[in-house]
Amino acid sequence: MDLSKRWLQDYVDIDVPDRDFAEALTISGSKVESFRHEGETLENIVVGEILTVEKHPNADRLFVCTVNVGKEEPITIVTSATNVTPGVFVPVALHKSVVAGGQKITKGKMRGVLSEGMFCSVAELGITVHDFPYAIEDGIFLLGDDCKKEPGMDIHEAIGLNDVVTEFEITSNRPDCMSIIGLARETAATYDLPLKLHTPEVKSGEGDVNDYLKVDINAPEECYRYAGAVVKNVRVKPSPLWIRERLRACGVRPINNIVDITNFVMLEYGQPMHAFDLRYLEGNHVIVRMAEDGEKITTLDGDEKTLDPSILVIADEKKPVAVAGVMGGEYSGIMDDTTTIVFESACFHGARVRRGAKKLGMRTEASSRFEKELNPDNCGTCLARALELVQLLDAGDVVNGVVDNYANPREQITLPFEPEWTNNFIGINVPAEEQAEILRKIDFKVEDGVITVPSFRIDIHHQADISEEIARFYGYNKIPATQLRGSAQAELTPRQKFNRLVEQTMRSCGLSEIQTFSFISPKEYDRIRLPKESGLRKNIVIKNPLGEDTSVMRTTSIPSMLNVLSRNYNNRNERAWLYEMSTVYIPHETLDELPDENQQLVLGLYGKGTDYFVLKGMVEKLLSICGIAEYDVEPVKDDPTFHPGRTASITVDGEEVVRLGEIHPAVLHNYEIGDRAYIAAIDVEKLYEKADLVKIYRHLPKYPVTTRDLAFVVDAATPVLVLEKAIRQAISSSILEKLELFDVYTGDQVGKDKKSVAFSLKFRASDRTLTDEEVDAAVKKAVKSVEKCGGVLRS
Amino acid sequence: MKQKEQLEGIRAEAEAALHSIETLEELDNVRVKFLGKKGDLTAVLKTMGSLSPEERPVVGQLANKIRGEITENIEKKAMELKAAQQEARLLAETIDVTLPGSPVEIGHEHPLSLVLDEVKEIFMGMGFEIAQGPEVEWDYYNFEALNIPKDHPARDTQDTFYITDNMLLRTQTSGTQIRVMEEKKPPIRMIAPGRVYRSDAVDATHSPLFHQIEGMAIDEGITMGDLVGTLETFAKKLYGSDTRIRLRPHHFPFTEPSCEIDVSCFKCGGKGCSMCKNEGWIEILGAGMIHPQVLHNGGIDPEKYSGFAFGLGLERLVMFAYEMDDMRMLYENDMRFLEQF
Repeated sequence: MDLSKRWLQDYVDIDVPDRDFAEALTISGSKVESFRHEGETLENIVVGEILTVEKHPNADRLFVCTVNVGKEEPITIVTSATNVTPGVFVPVALHKSVVAGGQKITKGKMRGVLSEGMFCSVAELGITVHDFPYAIEDGIFLLGDDCKKEPGMDIHEAIGLNDVVTEFEITSNRPDCMSIIGLARETAATYDLPLKLHTPEVKSGEGDVNDYLKVDINAPEECYRYAGAVVKNVRVKPSPLWIRERLRACGVRPINNIVDITNFVMLEYGQPMHAFDLRYLEGNHVIVRMAEDGEKITTLDGDEKTLDPSILVIADEKKPVAVAGVMGGEYSGIMDDTTTIVFESACFHGARVRRGAKKLGMRTEASSRFEKELNPDNCGTCLARALELVQLLDAGDVVNGVVDNYANPREQITLPFEPEWTNNFIGINVPAEEQAEILRKIDFKVEDGVITVPSFRIDIHHQADISEEIARFYGYNKIPATQLRGSAQAELTPRQKFNRLVEQTMRSCGLSEIQTFSFISPKEYDRIRLPKESGLRKNIVIKNPLGEDTSVMRTTSIPSMLNVLSRNYNNRNERAWLYEMSTVYIPHETLDELPDENQQLVLGLYGKGTDYFVLKGMVEKLLSICGIAEYDVEPVKDDPTFHPGRTASITVDGEEVVRLGEIHPAVLHNYEIGDRAYIAAIDVEKLYEKADLVKIYRHLPKYPVTTRDLAFVVDAATPVLVLEKAIRQAISSSILEKLELFDVYTGDQVGKDKKSVAFSLKFRASDRTLTDEEVDAAVKKAVKSVEKCGGVLRS
Repeated sequence: MKQKEQLEGIRAEAEAALHSIETLEELDNVRVKFLGKKGDLTAVLKTMGSLSPEERPVVGQLANKIRGEITENIEKKAMELKAAQQEARLLAETIDVTLPGSPVEIGHEHPLSLVLDEVKEIFMGMGFEIAQGPEVEWDYYNFEALNIPKDHPARDTQDTFYITDNMLLRTQTSGTQIRVMEEKKPPIRMIAPGRVYRSDAVDATHSPLFHQIEGMAIDEGITMGDLVGTLETFAKKLYGSDTRIRLRPHHFPFTEPSCEIDVSCFKCGGKGCSMCKNEGWIEILGAGMIHPQVLHNGGIDPEKYSGFAFGLGLERLVMFAYEMDDMRMLYENDMRFLEQF
């Protein structure tokens, strides 16, 4: 909402520095976004009286003028404009001046004659012909009688381009402040000044409105009130300057007196008004009703809209003439030959207007006001104000009376006056009388312990609302700061601690944390070559996404990681080691339930010093930190996202917790990654379930260790894990302290399709020194066990 | 006595020899020359037979004394030479200590997490627990229960992604207030950080996904003064003890009274600079007393209990903390960006 200072001053005698005003209103609750002075970029432009106009001696299309700019001597200006004559008053940009758009004007010779400035058009003053309807677009602005024609006077003052416009951010609960009067009330209360409200007076005219207009409200739930009045012999012409300049300051373009009156009243009182041409109102009958299914209307902007019974319309006896509270129909506007008009001042149900406007895709100034719920009590005053202005502007002849159908008055709200409650709630100690005084300043009535809420305050329903009014005028920043009473202990939940541990582990492994969007493109599933029948393709779909790229909630975060790896690769980063503690969204069968939001930890690596085993080492470290000692590793050959020979599944108690491996070249290609990349996806929910974080201290060994190295020759395809398991099965863990792989060899010495796998076994008991016999026996068992898997001990 | 003179001669000679020696080999030669079996001293002693019984012990004593002296001097010299040798070896081992150290790779925490950790720590210190709510949420929790019915104009400021008519991506973390109220009995102190979604196109200061931190305290007798005190403490801990806060009245449908809270600019201290756009104040959060209807919706008796709630935008805090000018960097995850934190 743009507030004109000039207009505000009609209602409050306020004259404080603009910055202070902005600050004070912001602190009392009406947030100021910015303020500006009209024409603030114009410099050194004054009124000039043209004394003489002569042809330029050296140029056919130029004129040499002498101009009185209030100095002792007239100045000379060369111009090409053809609409200047001796005796007219014009804006003169003097030597060293600035016109709209920032162009600097200096004196200079034009074809040999010194020109000491420039005459200005309206555009060069940053205004339009709408602001001065008698001015022309492509010529010099000849000041009219509504300007101050004093040579030398600063142009701002001369043409009234000197208002200060303050831009307010009005929150949706305060539609009353979307008006000059509403903001004037806040201003008066903030500065403790009287609010000078004006009661519109309409002089009696001729005839009886009931002979011209009939109003029926068929949907009283949706239309609280409909008031109409009629003006005959309309004389459409420009509005006077005082109307035009107020509209301009508030960002509304002046059109003609009738349209300007509706806009003026809307800005002044916050009530949208509408003017119909009575000729097109069939049967002179306004009917407020729900639209019929399939009914059509062509709105003022020329679009044909199809209506339905959820939309409220203003109709005559045959057709809808306006979408209630949104926009009029094409014939409802004011035309040059309009003679008789109806002024509408009505109040519609906010949500109904909002739904209608949304459905038809046309938010208008009117609809955005109505949807916040307006005050039906205001309608009558506004209609009177419009008629008063018609008479003041001589815009037509007012017919006596108004048709006022107040079908559904809103209940008056009263609340008990409980100053103690407010003091306790806010934490202040403001005496009852002072609180009552604050409320009275903003037009609340406080009598006999009862507060009567003014009808324009649609936001006040509860004692807490009253407390806010008192607090903001008492001063939010005067509320003493206190600390919460009673002690409270806060600690992380076991799961929060677990997540912290997992993330710390990842960073210790050298991975950096990333954060990516939770929504992805469904095409990502194709890019990671997820099978068509994969359950992961069943995901939560956003009905109204910004674009396909962000249209579904991910069920796997692997694509997000690949995109980040790709971006790093294509930004020529040599190496990226990353992790994301992500959320995936797994839907249920139907949308009657919210999806499961599970955590998936994704590790992604490429670049120098990266291979499958580096990744696996990190995963193993994580499992070990989580206290998971027992797990299975199985090769995975059929996951299309991954390399068929370099991918594994890690299961705990038969459930997959980790999938890790090298990314399939086809997937790398899809993501434009030109290097091998490695990803592990870890189901954090399962990891947490399987984790055992209880640590129990073991004594440091007292007895010596015995080490035996064993090398076996096996088929090259036999996984090392099989041999490891065979050894562990054979030897009691109470004496096998450590089993370590230290070499895998393939080559001529072991034969084709064979490999040699060498382990180092460390034996130790916690209660005695092991004898050679014991150790030898254990080794023998191990060898036998490995032999069952096809391993032969190398001598 | 010839021998006596000879011995004195050996003493002087040995002293001179030791003086000019530079290596351990030379020293060994000196030892052999003077003290060896075929050395000078032995040679003199061999001639003792020609001496009288009275002279013999005198010369013998002198010879022993001189042997002792030379031996001691040789040992002394040997130590000197060894020390010098070690010194020379160490010098030869000189390295360029200005060469860079071997790189140690550790991972970096994302700036969003770094700042969130800080915020969590401050609030946990004041007894606020960390809660969490779902991101895919019912309209009821995100809007209805927060006094924002369907067709309420406040929905305009939060362009919403819908899944169904009743299921949506939460536009604010405030729904967690209701969920926590449903689960717990007062006294309650919690913060609930998390992702929220709004239909805003990506640019330097907007993202369709960002993070909020919701906060709430409910107990008997909680006042707006407690809100001021709590958030002032928070601001001072986050930005330093000189930080001041300023409350501006505002409107949120689920709090009453509502306010926005500015902190004195942490760069210029409030004098005005480019960071605070010359205002001296920077808006960091929205807050208010929980609306009685919202308490009621969460199953808490508003006649008995009161509370306050607040919401912070995490991205905003991060951008201020690191003087970032483009929010998009946070989600691009370029290594060169991540490694800065």
